[in-house]
Amino acid sequence: MILRGPESAGFDALVDAGVVIVCGPGGVGKTTMAASIAARAAATRPVRVLVLTVDPARRLATALGLDGLGDRETPVPAGAFATTLPPGDAPAASVTVSPIGTLHAAMIDTKASWDDLVARHAPDAETRDRVLANPLYRNLTERFTASHDYVAMERLFEARRAGGYDLVVVDTPPSRNALDVLDAPDRMRTFFASRLLRALTTGSRGGLAALASRPIVEVARRILGVRFLDDVTEFFALLRTMEDGFVARAGEVSAMLRAPDARFVVVTTLEEPALGDATRLAGELRGRGYPLAAIVANRVLPTHLTPESLTAASAALASRPGESDPVARAALASVAAAARDAASLADAHRVALTALRAHAPLTLETPLLTRA
Amino acid sequence: MTGKGGVGKSHVAAGIARAAAARGRRVLVADMQARGGLAAALGAADLGPAPREVAPGLHAIEMDTGDALREYVRLTLRVPWIANLSVLGPVFDLVAQAAPGVREVLGVGKLCWEVRARSYDLVVVDAESSGHVVAQVAAPSSLAAIITAGPIAGQVRWMSEILEDPARTGVVVTTTCEEMPVAETAELLERLATRSRVAVAGVVANRVPREPFTVDEAAWIAPYLDASTGLWERDLGNASAAARDATLLWRDRRAAAVEHLGVLRAAIADHARRHGGAPDVYLLPEIVSPDRAIVRDGLAAAIAEELS
Repeated sequence: MILRGPESAGFDALVDAGVVIVCGPGGVGKTTMAASIAARAAATRPVRVLVLTVDPARRLATALGLDGLGDRETPVPAGAFATTLPPGDAPAASVTVSPIGTLHAAMIDTKASWDDLVARHAPDAETRDRVLANPLYRNLTERFTASHDYVAMERLFEARRAGGYDLVVVDTPPSRNALDVLDAPDRMRTFFASRLLRALTTGSRGGLAALASRPIVEVARRILGVRFLDDVTEFFALLRTMEDGFVARAGEVSAMLRAPDARFVVVTTLEEPALGDATRLAGELRGRGYPLAAIVANRVLPTHLTPESLTAASAALASRPGESDPVARAALASVAAAARDAASLADAHRVALTALRAHAPLTLETPLLTRA
Repeated sequence: MTGKGGVGKSHVAAGIARAAAARGRRVLVADMQARGGLAAALGAADLGPAPREVAPGLHAIEMDTGDALREYVRLTLRVPWIANLSVLGPVFDLVAQAAPGVREVLGVGKLCWEVRARSYDLVVVDAESSGHVVAQVAAPSSLAAIITAGPIAGQVRWMSEILEDPARTGVVVTTTCEEMPVAETAELLERLATRSRVAVAGVVANRVPREPFTVDEAAWIAPYLDASTGLWERDLGNASAAARDATLLWRDRRAAAVEHLGVLRAAIADHARRHGGAPDVYLLPEIVSPDRAIVRDGLAAAIAEELS
């Protein structure tokens, strides 16, 4: 794992927190970054740390060097992250230091988490069983992506409140969906407050028949078919019995995300389209009142490879006295071409870093590594 | 078109659509997400829910759930008495929250409608990323399992027929030659084979770093690149030292990409053994430039060449 060298000391501002939400575009190394932040915290602080992923793509286990990962919070063996030290102040490139905290990891299984939620909020065992057996509920939790969002925030809250973790690091889905995840608790409250939900579920179990004359229900029925609408009605009626629990919890989750010990981290690379997505995301997070602690620029060229040094190097090669060997001439021309490409990349990185600094109180850089 | 986030799937979708249009085909290219990456990849101003011709023969749209619903109602249900469709909005939102598959089907359905209407020779869809695309392409059959009667039940049947016909529909997976994207591509191929009946038409390896040296050049330069020989400083001077580091970086990136490409090909071969039908792998070069237009045009040219 990464986070080496002096620059990694900057990450201490992130690990002394209660909740770290790692977001950003896809493909920028978000999961690895979440794992690294969690590992650094557990290695250098006497704390209990949990890293959670909601990305269905199962990459957290790889980043932590584990064989597999499931819904249950699993301890990560100290050996798997002890060697990821040194933190910034260690002189050598790799020193094994015994971690002073503990690290757990989990990949949220949406279905299992929903079942837990229903069990917790259902007023009685009969309601719980009817919800779990409803065909709509089963599809909602198993097949479709939107239900991951709420459950992720719920698990985060549960881990902080009842799990006894001092720090929970969350790896979110790619940026366009990240805001959906964060908004999920508020959406849940809006959903329960909706007049239509009330209209559809008011009255006896035959409520739908009583409402059938309403144009809205007639339209819904023509589009969706009667049987489906009956399933929907039953499902919503069952859900409403759990309304108080869900609404109260959603409010608490929402507050936790804006608490003083929450840190939002946007990870990006310095190339488009990731850069533009990350910049937009940083703005939207701040606009919604989430505490943006840092932007992490990942895969940055080594600092001595600047546009100037590379352009000068390319020119120095070109101005050499002529080589007689055509292979040597071609090889040196290829070197000059690689230097020009690198100069172009270094130029883009410099422009991007300057732009990013305007968007967050802290900008951290992690190097481009070609070999894992 | 799908792939892990960040691999350039929208750019490859735009490039394929441009290449097909340049050959005289009538093409529709659609972004399944509002504010997705397609508009930027096409170099077009904001796209909307109505197809707009962005180049000769190339029409582009960005899907919008509300509009897709209105369009669906207008085209398929023929309920003229609903003068004010806005009444549908709240009902739809409510149902879509309970069964988000309804929303997915509306987007997929709109595009299947275009395929069935044959107004285009080719429909290129910039779909969900690899984590979610199986839910998207399988949405009609998933929905068929919960909605067993009514107009939607009939609609999803013909959508499934189009999506599951390999002569008409194929998934193209874009990846880069890096560890995580390659691993996700292998996983996605497996999930597509086991959880959907949609065929895979190809795998695109995007941003493959070019080989910096020919074989002869590499042999000549090797002792210079080895810092322990001191040859670079002696013969080429300290002024060009940064060029050596850049060359080493580029050589390592290329070597890493070749290694991951090997893993990708092995995974595809393994997949073919278990499920039959190995998809072709197409290679697209990395184009380094701070100028987005140069990257965009370079990629489109590379796609046109790779497809010819």
